[in-house]
Amino acid sequence: MLFTSWSFALLVAALVPVYYLVPKRLQKSVLLFANAVFYAFAGWGAFLLLLFTALSAYGFARGIGRLWDGQKETLTLHKTDWEKPEKKAYRERMEHKRRTLLVLCLVLHFGILFGMKYGAGILGIVNGWFGTAWDGSKLLLTMGASFYTFSIMGYVIDVERGKYPAERNPLNVLLFGSFFPILVQGPISRFDTLGETLFAPHAFSRENLEAGLFRIAWGYWKKLIVADRLLVAVKQLIRYPETYNGAFVLLGMLLYAATLYADFTGGIDITIGVGRLLGIRIDENFDRPYFSKNIAEYWRRWHMTLGAWFKEYLYYPVSVSKPLRRLTKAARRLGDGFARRLPVYLATFAVWAVTGMWHGNSWNFLVWGLCNGAILLLSEECSPLYARFHRRFPKLGKTWGYRAFTVIRTVLLLSSLRLFDCYATVPETLRAFGSMFTVWNLPLLWRGGIQSLGLHFADYAVSFCGVAAMFTVSMVQRKGRLLPRLHRWPLWKKLLLFGALVLTIAVFGRYGFGYDAGQFIYNRF
Amino acid sequence: MKHSVRTIGIWALAAVLFCMSFGFVQRLVVPKYQSKSIEGSLTEEYYRETLGHDVLFVGDCEVFSNISPAELYRACGIASFIRGSAQQLVWQSYYLLEDALKTEHPSVVVFNVLALKYGSPQSEAYNRMTLDGMRWGSAKIGAIAASMTEGEDPVSYALPLLRFHARWSELEAEDFRCLFQKQSVSHNGYLLRADVRPVTRTPTPAPLTDPHLPETSMEWLSKMASLCKANGIELVLLKSPSIEPYWYDEWDADVQAFAKEHGLWYVNTLTQNDAIGIDYTTDTCDMGQHLNVYGAEKLSRWFGEELKARVQLPDRREDEAYQRVWQEKLERYDTEKAAAIAAQEGL
Amino acid sequence: METLLEILSELHPDVDFTKEERLVERGILGSFDIVMLVTRIEEAFDVVIPARLITPETFRSADALYAVIESLGEDD
Repeated sequence: MLFTSWSFALLVAALVPVYYLVPKRLQKSVLLFANAVFYAFAGWGAFLLLLFTALSAYGFARGIGRLWDGQKETLTLHKTDWEKPEKKAYRERMEHKRRTLLVLCLVLHFGILFGMKYGAGILGIVNGWFGTAWDGSKLLLTMGASFYTFSIMGYVIDVERGKYPAERNPLNVLLFGSFFPILVQGPISRFDTLGETLFAPHAFSRENLEAGLFRIAWGYWKKLIVADRLLVAVKQLIRYPETYNGAFVLLGMLLYAATLYADFTGGIDITIGVGRLLGIRIDENFDRPYFSKNIAEYWRRWHMTLGAWFKEYLYYPVSVSKPLRRLTKAARRLGDGFARRLPVYLATFAVWAVTGMWHGNSWNFLVWGLCNGAILLLSEECSPLYARFHRRFPKLGKTWGYRAFTVIRTVLLLSSLRLFDCYATVPETLRAFGSMFTVWNLPLLWRGGIQSLGLHFADYAVSFCGVAAMFTVSMVQRKGRLLPRLHRWPLWKKLLLFGALVLTIAVFGRYGFGYDAGQFIYNRF
Repeated sequence: MKHSVRTIGIWALAAVLFCMSFGFVQRLVVPKYQSKSIEGSLTEEYYRETLGHDVLFVGDCEVFSNISPAELYRACGIASFIRGSAQQLVWQSYYLLEDALKTEHPSVVVFNVLALKYGSPQSEAYNRMTLDGMRWGSAKIGAIAASMTEGEDPVSYALPLLRFHARWSELEAEDFRCLFQKQSVSHNGYLLRADVRPVTRTPTPAPLTDPHLPETSMEWLSKMASLCKANGIELVLLKSPSIEPYWYDEWDADVQAFAKEHGLWYVNTLTQNDAIGIDYTTDTCDMGQHLNVYGAEKLSRWFGEELKARVQLPDRREDEAYQRVWQEKLERYDTEKAAAIAAQEGL
Repeated sequence: METLLEILSELHPDVDFTKEERLVERGILGSFDIVMLVTRIEEAFDVVIPARLITPETFRSADALYAVIESLGEDD
């Protein structure tokens, strides 16, 4: 079930009144039922897999939780009669047990995810080597698997870390993993923050309804008017890389930046808006990412929940892990600077390799991830240089022009990296990128080039207005959140704005017969 | 209290304003079918009629191109209307008939059998041209449900804006001019053409894969027969003159069998060419697919006489109410016919 | 605390760590800084900071960080 389907609209429209009309203790059951309806559209296989993931995670977390409880009890019991080394040894033993359970759980579930993502490809390679004919076509990534696996595994890791106790009610874990608005394209959610609002009873509030509806409308606006329109041109540019080189690559980069932003943030707006209708607060996933001064900041503001997940559960654990510590110590002989950098470098590349693999199953994404890591490290190494530069020209950094320069530079840089996401192979991407500097064909753009991309002049005009609207909203957001301010507006103004949003979507949106509303780009993962 | 009255007022005003803007934009973007694809206007033009009809035609282009109600009236005194549309499928004919029977009771319904060859929905565009003009009611809903092709969305029939919104960038002067008022493009459902493109070759029909007409079509035809029977209407099955598309003997046999079983009159004009006098060098506008006005008038005169010989029909030329209305229709018909002929000769 | 502030200012001489309360949120301490910090702190204080404690909350401010370091030395 896609966001742009009548069945999704109907599900939400039916869910909201039912959710508030039933007795509060039944609200969770209503949500579970809605999730089941949602997943019924994705097929029973997908549903059973999700059920298995949630329930097995519940079991593992309970097991780990029991070990924690046992440890606490034992330690209290032997508070006086055990000596320090005794206690320490006991704690280490228990930790080892918990770790073992956790590793089993992670291997199992990330193994399943890995199998779905790469199974077909790996089988293809194996078939090529051994001449077998195993069919991998059934190993498909089911809807939302990338997102819910990460969310649920985050929960188990947190329990192992003792951040909070294991959940006693298996239905709560299931509800957390299957909450349908976040199944489509995230955000990757935390059990403690989402769970708190998800499991709590909610009373109807006009403010929530209003904010939810506005947020949803704005999401559809971005998605249907801007993203799905520009996607036509982007696809055309990518399909014929030999024809569309040079300036067209630059054009494609910028169009893709707008498309991806409108598509992904639009989808998240719909997700958060649906949650809001139910009084449930879903984590934000974007913080005006295109206004970042550098790539590191961009990754803190774009797909924030994924970045946070990788940092907390992969980057830091790897960088302070025992093997890496030992390696660092050994590296001392080669110099202190080298030793200090070693864990950072290794952890960075590890995380970015995995991030790349999360985004797609071709070599392109691996290279894309590693390039991101390399740029992050490079800019980190250069930061003393920057600092010296700014000490020399202390006023420059505060000027409007310089800030605009850093923002544009960052957008261009990350858009260049995204070429890996567009083209099919690494050499093709590099050729396209190189052609920007070697092929001079800028005038071709307005000599018929732009019109050949499947969009009319009017489409470009609408897209431009759409991008301008998104830009304006982002600028307004600099002064704080938008929806609370909107809430204070007089009624007539709110109705006018909402009516205008709906009407413009109806007229200018790309949907309906003969136009297959493009799947949300992030839905693939 | 005062506050809530104000709030309700704002809500009501907003709702009205929204519906009006939506309706306005919808009117604007929906195709007007006035100069392009004018067949799209046919379905709705039926509702402009003020008097009843003794004969109703239903079917595809072989009715709206080949029968001239004006000539039927002038030569035989028959008041008729053609509820035809491009590639009208059997179930659409059925529902258009059901829709018409809600407001009038003709003595005869003539169904053109060519469309029987289609047993499943064919084209979204033709669906829209046939169905969008229908007035709302059970018949329209039934027709939509029976006609939708894959990927079509029932909501967009209720709100055509959702279907035609992409036209916002292709609006023409006509869309603004005809926002609230449209010209009749037909003469009681007949689309007049005076151009001549003679038949130059005899078609070689492709062999049939299935010797029979699709079962679904025949089921809908049965339903139509029952509907007519229940309303005391004489159903006539007609195969209009044409060279192409080819009318197979196997299909003809199926229709004959059906007519025999239900006691219906089936006229296959392909066997009556000499009596009708169709000359395919002068009477067709597209090499034998459709008749032009010369051919249509010949067919209408012949068919009117045959019909009168079999069914008791009142002569509406002697009915004063009809005289007034039809006088105007005939004048417009003659003027447009003369203009069309002049335009052809001027070429 | 002195030692900690020393380590911190070595990393970012231009920041007043006694006052700043949103070090991670404002992007002053990036992920590289944090890994480096962990290594330096572990050397200086002779403790081991487990991965579960490396969170934005821990590195929010110098005070918060110091509290975490102190708690590591203790035993339950």
